[in-house]
Amino acid sequence: MTDKRILSVTAIKDGTVIDHIPAKSLFKVISILELDTLNTQMTFGTNFNSKKLGRKALIKISNKFFKDEEIDKIALVAPDAKLNIIKDYQVVEKREVEVPDKIVGIVKCMNPNCVTNNEKVVTKFDVVSKKDVALKCCYCEKITDQEHLKII
Amino acid sequence: MKNKSLISINDYTPEELLKIIDIAGEFEKNSVQDILKGKVIATLFFEPSTRTRLSFESAVNRLGGRIIGFTDASSSSVKKGESLKDTIRTVSNYCDLIVMRHPLEGSARYASEVATVPVINAGDGANQHPTQCLLDLFSIKKTQGTLENLNIFLVGDLKYGRTVHSLLMAMSNFNPTFNFISPDELKIPDEYKLFLDNKGIKYYEHSDFSEIILRADIVYMTRIQKERFSDPMEYEKVKNSYVLNNDMLTGTKENLKILHPLPRVNEISEDVDENEKAYYFTQALNGVFTRQAIISSILGLK
Repeated sequence: MTDKRILSVTAIKDGTVIDHIPAKSLFKVISILELDTLNTQMTFGTNFNSKKLGRKALIKISNKFFKDEEIDKIALVAPDAKLNIIKDYQVVEKREVEVPDKIVGIVKCMNPNCVTNNEKVVTKFDVVSKKDVALKCCYCEKITDQEHLKII
Repeated sequence: MKNKSLISINDYTPEELLKIIDIAGEFEKNSVQDILKGKVIATLFFEPSTRTRLSFESAVNRLGGRIIGFTDASSSSVKKGESLKDTIRTVSNYCDLIVMRHPLEGSARYASEVATVPVINAGDGANQHPTQCLLDLFSIKKTQGTLENLNIFLVGDLKYGRTVHSLLMAMSNFNPTFNFISPDELKIPDEYKLFLDNKGIKYYEHSDFSEIILRADIVYMTRIQKERFSDPMEYEKVKNSYVLNNDMLTGTKENLKILHPLPRVNEISEDVDENEKAYYFTQALNGVFTRQAIISSILGLK
């Protein structure tokens, strides 16, 4: 009985399921995808057990399908995220995310003396390494690495 | 290069670098012309830099152009809280070209995005100072006859010195050998070594250069600043290891030239000044010709 009720809340007819988000990155993913501005039904779940991530989070969004360049932005905080595209309750497509070549906004430049941290300038980076993410600021030309990566 | 801003030395291809050097050579022969007549150049110095500003203003004045601008932020609307964007947008209306010096890194790139006229970066914090780099290249080409296959010694503060980093990037187009001579605390950062490794360029690191200087074609000296050291004792220990004096030049190559971006403090003894291998004051003069070349090529006059 209990199982049935959970199922009825979480199953979606059409939309996108984002799985394998590190639990600590759930709210960052929500903010990067600007899910707070959407009017469709959504379910967020977090702290599920995961063999790979320890604790993972999950997002289910009804009637929303992302463009590649939109969804790839979350690779910065959820590199192992998997997408399931749902149509009429069936998974019709699975895909993974990949760090894009350029990042506009989202990330803060780690150089305190960079113009983007002192004037109203949207940050802009060239991705110089995708594995251990390294971003080169298009303004001050300094590298922001994974360890210092802060989401705005 | 017409209408293209010059923000970073990497904005120019090797061919474009050589083109600017050639034009600078023309201005060296004839540096007083009227080609900038009717042009207005803005020199916006958000932090003072007398040497760089005078060099730019001399370059423009000798070509008949006019200068507007300010010499530090306290005498501008920045003090009233105006954003950089608004200052640049406004000044764009008053001039044909903006020369800008600013303490924030990346400020020049940002200015070039919001300006409606081209921007020349005259130094953005610790990041880039491309006109200094071009005048260094011009000085090297002029004294060596070529930029190819030279043995270049970079001495002093290799960690924070932006002129050193820009010169390294630009010269790496011309198959150099680099010798880096610096105290441990001021060694060349790994990212530049990685860059050279990827390009297959030879480099060697040393903590002393009195022996190996015999091999040098160019010795590029820089100032070691006391405030760069976490331990003042360390500074006292190393400060004299990176001083060049006249005796050290005995037996060096005929074509050797000593360069320095200036200002010098004590890293080159004054007894070197009269040696014909000392080139730093002529290097400063070359700055005027190089800036004339950059300005006139951006304005489409050369």
